[in-house]
Amino acid sequence: LSRYTAITPADLAAMLDAIGVDSVQEIFDRQIPEEVRLGRGLQLPDGQTEQDVFAHLSQLAARNTSVEDELSFLGAGMYDHYVPAIVDMLTERSEFLTPYTPYQPEISQGGLQVMFEYQTAISELTGLPASNASTYEGPSAVGAAAYMAKLHNGRSRIVVSAGLHPHTLQTLRTLAHGYGMEVVEVPLVGGPAGGATDLDAWARAIEDETSAAIFAQPNFYGVVEDAAALSAAARSDGDGGGGSVGGRSPVVICQADPIALGILASPGDCGVDVAVGEGQPLGNRLDFGGPSFGFFAAREEYLRRMPGRIAGETVDVDGRRGFVLTLQTREQHIRREKATSNICTAQALNALAGVVYLSWLGREGIVELGELLLARTHYARERLAALDGVHKLHDQPVVREFALRLDADVADVRRRCVASGVNPGVDVHALSGREIDRGVLLVAITERRSRADIDRLVDTLAAAVAATDRQPAGEAVAA
Amino acid sequence: VSAIDENHLHADPGIDGHHPHHGLSAPPTHGSAASPLQRERARTIFQKGARGRRAFVCPALDVPSVDADELLPARFRRSAAARLPEVSEPEIVRHYVGISKRNFDLDSGFYPLGSCTMKHNPRLHERVAALPGHARLHPLQDDERAQGALELMFNLQQALAEIAGLAHVSLQPSAGSHGELAGVLLTRAYHEDRGETRRKVLTPDTAHGTNPATVTMAGLQVVKLATNADGGIDLDDLRAKADDDVACLMLTNPNTLGLFDPNITEIARIVHGVGATLYYDGANLNAVMGLSRPGDMGFDIVHFNLHKSFTQPHGGGGPGSGPIAVSDRVAPYLPVPVVVREDGPSGATPTFALDYDRPKSIGRLRGFHGNYGCFVRSYAYIRSLGADGLKDASEIAVLNANYLLARLREHPLPGGGTVADYLPLAYGQLCMHEFVLSGGPMRRELKIKTLDLAKRLLDYGFHPPTVYFPLLVDEALMVEPTETETIQTLDAFADAIAAILAEAAEDPEIALSAPYTTPVRRLDEVAAAKQPVIREQLAEPVG
Repeated sequence: LSRYTAITPADLAAMLDAIGVDSVQEIFDRQIPEEVRLGRGLQLPDGQTEQDVFAHLSQLAARNTSVEDELSFLGAGMYDHYVPAIVDMLTERSEFLTPYTPYQPEISQGGLQVMFEYQTAISELTGLPASNASTYEGPSAVGAAAYMAKLHNGRSRIVVSAGLHPHTLQTLRTLAHGYGMEVVEVPLVGGPAGGATDLDAWARAIEDETSAAIFAQPNFYGVVEDAAALSAAARSDGDGGGGSVGGRSPVVICQADPIALGILASPGDCGVDVAVGEGQPLGNRLDFGGPSFGFFAAREEYLRRMPGRIAGETVDVDGRRGFVLTLQTREQHIRREKATSNICTAQALNALAGVVYLSWLGREGIVELGELLLARTHYARERLAALDGVHKLHDQPVVREFALRLDADVADVRRRCVASGVNPGVDVHALSGREIDRGVLLVAITERRSRADIDRLVDTLAAAVAATDRQPAGEAVAA
Repeated sequence: VSAIDENHLHADPGIDGHHPHHGLSAPPTHGSAASPLQRERARTIFQKGARGRRAFVCPALDVPSVDADELLPARFRRSAAARLPEVSEPEIVRHYVGISKRNFDLDSGFYPLGSCTMKHNPRLHERVAALPGHARLHPLQDDERAQGALELMFNLQQALAEIAGLAHVSLQPSAGSHGELAGVLLTRAYHEDRGETRRKVLTPDTAHGTNPATVTMAGLQVVKLATNADGGIDLDDLRAKADDDVACLMLTNPNTLGLFDPNITEIARIVHGVGATLYYDGANLNAVMGLSRPGDMGFDIVHFNLHKSFTQPHGGGGPGSGPIAVSDRVAPYLPVPVVVREDGPSGATPTFALDYDRPKSIGRLRGFHGNYGCFVRSYAYIRSLGADGLKDASEIAVLNANYLLARLREHPLPGGGTVADYLPLAYGQLCMHEFVLSGGPMRRELKIKTLDLAKRLLDYGFHPPTVYFPLLVDEALMVEPTETETIQTLDAFADAIAAILAEAAEDPEIALSAPYTTPVRRLDEVAAAKQPVIREQLAEPVG
């Protein structure tokens, strides 16, 4: 017997007899031509017992430094928010963990209702009425939104703020080639007063062939963008929004942070057409980058062009309320090459974690959390920027992440901090590869980082910067 | 006794007062009033709780208080709080535990959903994936302090390469559909690098819908290929359509009829002969692990569905993971990053790193490095089974499918004949890991459709097979039992199918009105699509 199978020798004999073959080999021999049979064993390690596999995977885990093993201020797209125990308990339930897509709604009401509740919560956060049941993750959700814009207005240019996450920009470039679209990047305003998208350059970049105009809220450097002004500027012809085909306005897309949306003006209220983003901060593990979920919400008029699964309310033959997958005529299994997207599944389990988390935070809690993050982030930024050799990259408002410019080599400073048990944040140049990001450290604050933790970061960074060569070129300086 | 009595969906007689009906009994009557429990369970979390109720206790403000407007000017702030639920923790638990019981799931019963490979999900995988060193590892942790994760990814790349027979792997795609998109973009990059602009992608009419949808998204055109009388690719049609404007042929092998295409070598020869690439949709890899490799068949690009062949829990519809393996000529274009091993001086422990230095790469397809949590589970699976275990898994998957097919074929019916008279195998004699029956004779002679059969199966405690796919089979029923089922379960399923056909011969109304025992009965999908209600209508206005 091999692992997880259940065919005994007696079973095998009965089964072969029923099939009318002498051996399992014969079933394959009669179907697979000899020239494409492997004819040898796979060159893989032998199978192991459960306890040995557990030991091996534990040893690998032990060679990773997790956010439990150091004081971590890493962010840049995924954040170490506290995940309540009920999220683990509910996502581990067999009834949620082990079914597939609810193709048979009569026996899938639990999963469908979760999708419906999730869609409601995302609509509330984004201020947009039409949410799908989730997509893969953040950057690819932005790509999916750009594709929807192409289907909507048939134009060929995507205007993007340079404040998008570098992974989002890179993903968009990859996908735009497939879509037959061109990506035009609008810079951020430079200098200490800058950090937000250059509104004039943004307005100038948007023209008749602009299909989509995309910005991030807050942007990659943590800066709160003036979303209403960016939306309005994208519609400078005053056609009232909605990216209508008749008008010249592009589809305005905002990649938003869902925790920040607890306190920031909603994309819908700011005139945005489509809000998408990375759902990991909502009750999902870090998991070294996935799986998580991407959220996707839009104005009503985009509903029939949206990608992904959507749950809708209906009644059964007895008049009882129930839920089904709806608007499936958008989807690949019906429309094939004419589908609005190739996406097949959602990220249902991750979206469940998201809606449980949002229910746990609740209407007042998400605001309280946002206010706490604002206060602690402000405290951290002011204290760090007061250090010798450390400067704010800009002065704009931030929510839970901010950028510093160091007078010393960021990689060296990080190494010193890490040796002291503090991971001070992300070396932005190492992440983006952009020259403009040299010397920039991105620091994320979650509710898991107390004032004492922040004070320890301040002390550690101060010592590390003081001990590090101020000339990244490598000249020796006196300590 | 069918599996119905063991199923928790039906363990609660208070749900609707219906009782399972087996055999040749008349259709059960049913009342229209929902029980209190039923009404309770249809309420959403937004309809529960009360103003001011909460679960979350926010950590205290431990930094100096600063004027709110200084932190964030009013013009950037929400005008009103998002109307999230206001519920206590016990309410949340009861709510979601309650609605969870309205799901059928793989841990509760047989789930022979064709093309989806619903094999057992070992709980060991959940345990190891939850270890903090894996689950709480930040994706931007420095390579040197994520060596365990990178080694795991490298080992998984190597294992997938060996299983596919293609040396180069990217783990990045988030799902099978995402892997397909990667594959078609790779094909474009390959041709464009050679100075060619090829516009057409061939897909058989049996293909998964994701194949043609992907082709369109990648900016290419779908050209359909016909299926021959044996269920394989029509070679004449392929020869007629293969020209120097063809970028790629996308193929599933075994295909969605559960049949291994015996002409695969010739297909590969034709496709390569016009300079196109051959793409392998890995949805059906569970039939051939360790037995036949896509690379050896001539495929250039393969996507894996880790959630199928390598048993991720399907999560109610995600997450998945869709790594790709490619041949040498396509390798330069793989998405970044790829995990590489760097061997130090002899005797030193090798180190692992994320390699971004790939100038011809198509770039990124998503954030970070892929669905690592899925990699942990699938890697644990591969280490548990090993080379022999993976081969056994495929062999038993194929054995189980053929046994169930034989049982159905021979299962006598009370009125004479066998199941196969009403549900014949659409193509072939044997099958690989799944098979497709046609419900056409059943519809004509018993006056019930495949949909009705599927709905009646719910009353018998089984998840139905995939229905109405592939499209070229009339009233298709696509059955994939997987290797992790017992012979007793397969027998019980065959008995249930036979019982439903026998019922229908007596009175088709039984199946036509099924199901009777589920938390809700047939739902009005037309009304749902006509005037979509896709979120709770919150009583209280914004603000």
